[in-house]
This record gives sequence, structure tokens and C-alpha cells, in this order.
Amino acid sequence: MTEAALRDPMRDPAAARPPAIELVGIDKSFGPVRANRDIHLRIEKGTIHGIVGENGAGKSTLMSILYGYYHADAGQILVDGKPIDIRSPDEAIAAGIGMVFQHFMLVDTFTVLENVMLGVEGGARLKGGAAKVRAELQRLERDFVLEVDPDARIEDLPVGLQQRVEILKALYRGAETLILDEPTGVLTPAEADHLFRILAQLRDQGRTVILITHKLREIMEATDNVSVMRRGEIVATMKTTETSPAALAEEMVGRRVLLRVEKAEAKPGAPILEVADLSLTDSRGVKRLDDVSFDIRAGEIVGVAGVAGNGQSELMEVLSGMRKADGGRLAIDGEPVDLTRPAAAASRRRLGLAHVPEDRHRAGLVTAFSEDENAILGYHDDAHYGRGLFLDRRAIRDHAVRHIEQYDIRPPDPRLKAANFSGGNQQKIVLAREMERGPKILIVGQPTRGVDIGAIEFIHARLVEMRDAGCAILLVSVELDEIRGLSDRILVMCGGRIVGERGPEASEAELGLLMTGISSTEAAQ
Amino acid sequence: MSFDALILVLDSTIRLSVPLILAALGGLFSERAGVFDIGLEGKMLIAAFAAAAVGAVYGSAWLGLGAGILASVALSLVHGYASISQRGSQIVSGVAINFLAAGLTAFLGYAWFSRGGQTPPLPPSGRFQTLTLPFADAVRDVPIFGPIYSTLLSGHNLLVYLGFLAVPLTAWIIYRTRFGLRLRAVGENPAAVDTAGISVAWLRYRAVIVCGIFCGLAGAYLSIAQSAGFVRDMTAGKGFIALAALIFAKWRPWPLLGACLLFGLLDAAAIRLQGVSVPGIGEVPVQFMQALPYILVVVLLAGFIGKAVPPRAGGVPYVKER
Repeated sequence: MTEAALRDPMRDPAAARPPAIELVGIDKSFGPVRANRDIHLRIEKGTIHGIVGENGAGKSTLMSILYGYYHADAGQILVDGKPIDIRSPDEAIAAGIGMVFQHFMLVDTFTVLENVMLGVEGGARLKGGAAKVRAELQRLERDFVLEVDPDARIEDLPVGLQQRVEILKALYRGAETLILDEPTGVLTPAEADHLFRILAQLRDQGRTVILITHKLREIMEATDNVSVMRRGEIVATMKTTETSPAALAEEMVGRRVLLRVEKAEAKPGAPILEVADLSLTDSRGVKRLDDVSFDIRAGEIVGVAGVAGNGQSELMEVLSGMRKADGGRLAIDGEPVDLTRPAAAASRRRLGLAHVPEDRHRAGLVTAFSEDENAILGYHDDAHYGRGLFLDRRAIRDHAVRHIEQYDIRPPDPRLKAANFSGGNQQKIVLAREMERGPKILIVGQPTRGVDIGAIEFIHARLVEMRDAGCAILLVSVELDEIRGLSDRILVMCGGRIVGERGPEASEAELGLLMTGISSTEAAQ
Repeated sequence: MSFDALILVLDSTIRLSVPLILAALGGLFSERAGVFDIGLEGKMLIAAFAAAAVGAVYGSAWLGLGAGILASVALSLVHGYASISQRGSQIVSGVAINFLAAGLTAFLGYAWFSRGGQTPPLPPSGRFQTLTLPFADAVRDVPIFGPIYSTLLSGHNLLVYLGFLAVPLTAWIIYRTRFGLRLRAVGENPAAVDTAGISVAWLRYRAVIVCGIFCGLAGAYLSIAQSAGFVRDMTAGKGFIALAALIFAKWRPWPLLGACLLFGLLDAAAIRLQGVSVPGIGEVPVQFMQALPYILVVVLLAGFIGKAVPPRAGGVPYVKER
């Protein structure tokens, strides 16, 4: 703590007025887990204060305490220098604290207006209140350039706008301090930039913003001060201008971390995966894949960039055999594959194609199964794991233990249910299962979603290792940094089509433009 | 069918729809708040028994009605405690309530009245009497309008009118009031309600209490308005038909009225067509006619209504994350 105290901006003579928020000695345990221990934190008025830390470092818990969603075991909260007890969200709202949760707290079937007024209806009948809310919303939208149609239904809005509704909700409730928990996880780069402009504007008008994130780039871009959390403690607080991504990463993980992927030049061999004229129309008649053609050679990583929902998911599902295509050709290692057969995932796997699904809960794991059972899903017919109708539990467990050691899966207990592992460790279970069989082709979706920096470093290194061993890798990710850092070639998808191909040196701005469907010639200008 | 016969069928449609409407509206409040309730049947049954028992002993329809509502609300609170406070399975709790009501009414009926599970016949003061609308007798002989006004609209008891008035009232509460907004929100996304600083549990408790009141009205209607006493299992699946009507109506008040009237009409037609020879088929067995509403429920729910999307958080106890 001494180090943090030394760097604390409170020593800055300019910060003489009381801080917007001060946390003193906050402690919180969930059963045996101490999520927050002895937290001391000052958030200055009119600043954007970033809080970084790995998953499970206690960031969200701390902010939920501030918002009254949880109650601290010990410690004190001061708002504008006055100690207050926040026991529920409405008390936090009354104290001028608003929160935008990572998973939006919106009623999807309601309109924007109804969502904003929920809880502050201004009377038993909705009529009068609704008119007042509408007028106030228009004022807020004007003052903060936060346009959104008050009568649109939430489920019809893109996530970027849904988030805007969350911000409007907080502002309508008179939030002087706005907490945002991992706000950019669901946003495109352009949407994220817009969000940061909104936040800067809020700060310039005297409001205080607390930004929780694990993305260092966002901290560097958007914040004035930053605090780093590790294992439930605040390990450092400093001015953003006085630190660097590398220094922050080191504080977060507790050791030096490689932020850039180190890799040699790719040595591509023969084409292993050949895709031609792939097309897919979904049940609602929307074209999801439109004439998609590309090759992947042995020993190269091909990244697919795109705004979520532009056909990347469908592409992975078709290639891995989870879904049939309407038309097109696919060849694996020269051998043609029938794309119109449903439920072909097992036969693809036999051809040497492994698949790390982008949604590990829906398609990658059976969370009610134990770790060792999950480690053989899809490979359970393998002769190693039993004979005939019976499974060899010991062989399965030994196999799982090897993965656990190799991938440092924690806790190292093969009998623990998959649901009880953290997101990053669940991801490692899936990755180990799919990568450790030496596939010829690896299709991997969002390999590091919800994964800590330390583990990301490992996963990226492992992917490059597989590439160098001759595996053809198709990488789909919403993280442009990840795509650019790992890929040897980048395909950009928009509206189900491949709208361009770039090298890894392509700038984020160029890719971002392509992703929104602006043609390559326009992007070049 | 002659015009007079049609009026008679529609007249009994109204009578037979009322308990369905009341119970389904109760279910609407509960389920819109995210608490599934298959215990409508049990609540109606216990209310029917309590209303008839108190009505018979004290000779007051109003006391009977009050007792019916109290008994039904008591079971609602049991359901609420199990599924809101204890976060138990709403289905299991609902099943338990149905069994409890079936057993308890029969047992108490034997123990208190020794009439094979029935309550003693009610004195006229213990029942809701039919009300005659003004000028009903004067216009009786006017063609078309006369029978519609004096037979179809007039001559029902108070609870019938209350049942039909409850539909617009419910629509107004659900869509136009603060309570309704919060109720719909808590059934879709309780976390949004919680983070808006509103108590999820208290909101859901109020919803199940309202459900209890409606089921109490429905049950009391059966025993002290439509008939003059309680007989064992007198709800005979009406709670489940009401539940089907609620789903058929996709949890909306006005379509719910239509669905209940449809089921009531089938019931009325079944009674009317007993023993009647249908051209080309002959006499239709009574059992078939009685089974018709239930067959229709299956057919309608199986495919004719399109996708019925229930309130998103329905059936799921609310637990804060982690």
C-alpha cells in the first residue's frame, strides 16, 4: 500500500477539493474468497478514472459495492467528502452514483422511454411521467449528443445504442459519478471511440467517470488517472500520462508480460483448406454467407476481421460441420467434403479439422460435466478412453491431468465441474482439447474472450507454435489487435461477404473502414 | 339453430366464461411478474370451498366471498414464499398447491359437514343473486334487441359483471400504471428492476397476492354465485383451462377475454348439444362433447397460435449474480 499511497494523486496540491468518491478500507468476502481487501481509493471530481485488473481481481465487486448491489463487510464510502452508507441501488442513485453494467440491465421488450423511466416514473400513472421523461431525455440527448429514438424497442437496437440507453438512464437519475463496467466488450472500434468521446464530454461538464476495463489501450486513451487491482487489492494508483501499457500489465499480472506476439515469418506450404463459393441463407431468408471463397495453407494463420454478426459465426459453423451450407465447395487436404450433410462435425474432426467454438458455454463445454469429461468431448469414441460401451475413467483422468499441467488450468482438479472454473480456465480446457491432437486445420473463434493477460500471452504463443508446426489456422476474433498481432493474412467480412484481404501491417483504421463495408478503393483514399 | 336458442347458448357462454376470465387474469398478474402459477386450479378450489362453507354457516354471500379470497390469497402466499423467498421450483410448488387444495377441501368437508364432501345448501342470503338491469322486462319483447338486452346482458349476478369489468381494468393497470410497468419489467428482466432500486421480491409478492384475489373471486363464483354450494372437485380443471387461455392469449388481457369466451362457448355448446342428433353423424356421445374444450386446448396450443413467448424471466427464481 505504501507504494500506492506515494503515487496517489491526492498528494497533488491541485486536488484540494473533496474527491467525488473515496473508499476507505473496503473489505468483501464471498465465502472463503476475499474478493476485496482493504481497498483505499480516491476518485477526483471531474476526471475519468480507470480501474484495470485481470478477471477476478475484484474490480466488478468493488464497483457493485459502490453501487449498493453488494454490501461491504467492512470499510467506508465517502461521497463528496461525506461518509454515507449505501445499502441498495436506490441509495446509490440518491447519492448521485450511476452504473452501466457489463451485461445491460435493460428490459428488451420495452421501449427506450420505458426503460429510462423504470423506477423513476414520477407518479402512479404513467401518462404524466412519460411526457416529463420524454422532454428530459431530449434535453440530455441535446446536451451530450446522445441521440436515440425514445420509442424504439431495445431488442431492435444495436448494442452500441443499447449502451447509450444505459448511460441516459444513469444521467436521467441525476448521476454525478458514472461507473462503466467493461463498456467496450461488445462494441466495434468505431462505437468504442464514440463512447470515449461521450465520456470525455461528460468529464468536461464536471461529471466523474469510473471506467473498469482490462484493455490497456482504453486506459491509455481515455483516462486521466488509473488504479491497478490484483487479487482483490489496489496495487497502484497513478496518472495515466505517467505510466505505460507495459508498466500497467506488469502491475496487473505481477510479472513482466509480453504484449506483442513474437513470431517468425510464416512459411506457408500447400493449401490445406480450400473454400469456394460458400453460401448460406438462414430461416428468415437473410443471406448469412454470400459467395465466400478463400484458401488456407499449411503453416499460416488467416484472421477474419469483422463487426460481430457479419457472417463470421456462420462461416465457422459451416466449416466445422455444425451447420450445413446451401451451396459451395470445401476441400480438406485435397479431399472434397459434402457441405450439404447436416451434423457432420464428427466426420470433419476425423479429417483432421479441430474447432474452438466462439461461445464456449453454448458449444464448447458441457458446464455440468467434470473437467476430465469435457476434455474428451467429441473424442470420446477414441480407443484410448475405453472400449465398446464403456469408458476408462482412469485413462480419461490421466489425459485430463496432462492438459491441466500443460495449460496451467486452475484449480488443477479434473473432477471439478466445468461450471466452477473461471472463464479463462474454461477456455483453456477447450483449447487444450482441440489443440493437443495435432490437427491439420484449426478453426478458432474468440480464443481469448474473457481471458486474462497472462493467459492470453500463453494462448497466442501456442497458436504461433502450432502454425510453425504446419497447422492451418483460421482465426476469428472481434479483437482487432489480436487479429493484427497473430495473422499472416487478414480477411475482412461484411454482410456475409469477404470484402477485402490485407496483410498484418494493415492499420486499424483501414480495417475498421473495411469492416463497415466501405470498399477497398474508398478505404485506400 | 333458432335465434332464441343462440341467445341461450351465448347466455350460458357468459356464465361459463367468468371463472375462466377471473382465474386467467390472476394468472396474468403472476406470470407477467415472472412467477409461473399452475396452482390456479387449487386456489380456485379452496376459495370455492371456503366461500361455500362460510356462506352456509353465516348466511352471508359477502362473508363467503371474503373467506374465499382469504383462503386463496393464503395459498398464493405459500406459493410466493416457496418460489420467491426460497427460490424453489414454481412448478413443484404449484403442483403441491393443487394437491393440497384437493385433499384439504375434501377432508374439511367431511369433517365439518359430514355430507360426503359437500357443503350444506346455501340459503338465498348466502348466494349472489341475479341482478336485473333497468328496463329489462320492458324491452323483453322488442325483436333482436329485446332478448339480447334482457336475457344476454341482464339477469347475471354481480361477479359476472365484475369479471368482465376486470378485463379493461387489468389492461389499464398493466399498460398504464407504474405498478404495471414494474410488473412487466420484473417478469422480463428482474436484474434491471433490482438495479433501478426496486425490490424484486416485494413486487413479485404483490403480483401473487393479486393473483390470489382473482382466483378467490373465481372460486367463490363457482360455489356461491353459479351454484348453491360446494361439491368435491367442483373446479374440474377450470384452472388449467384458464392457464391454457392465458398462454393462448400470449399473456395479454384483451386476447385473454377472447380465449376465455371461446372456451366458454365450447362448454356451452357441449351442454346444449348433449343428446342432440347431428345430421350425418347421429347422436354425439356426451363424453365427446364434454371433452371438446380440452381437445381444443391441445390443438390450439400445439400449433395454431404461433409462437407464444412467455415473459422472459418466467419460472426462474431471482438470484443476484455470483
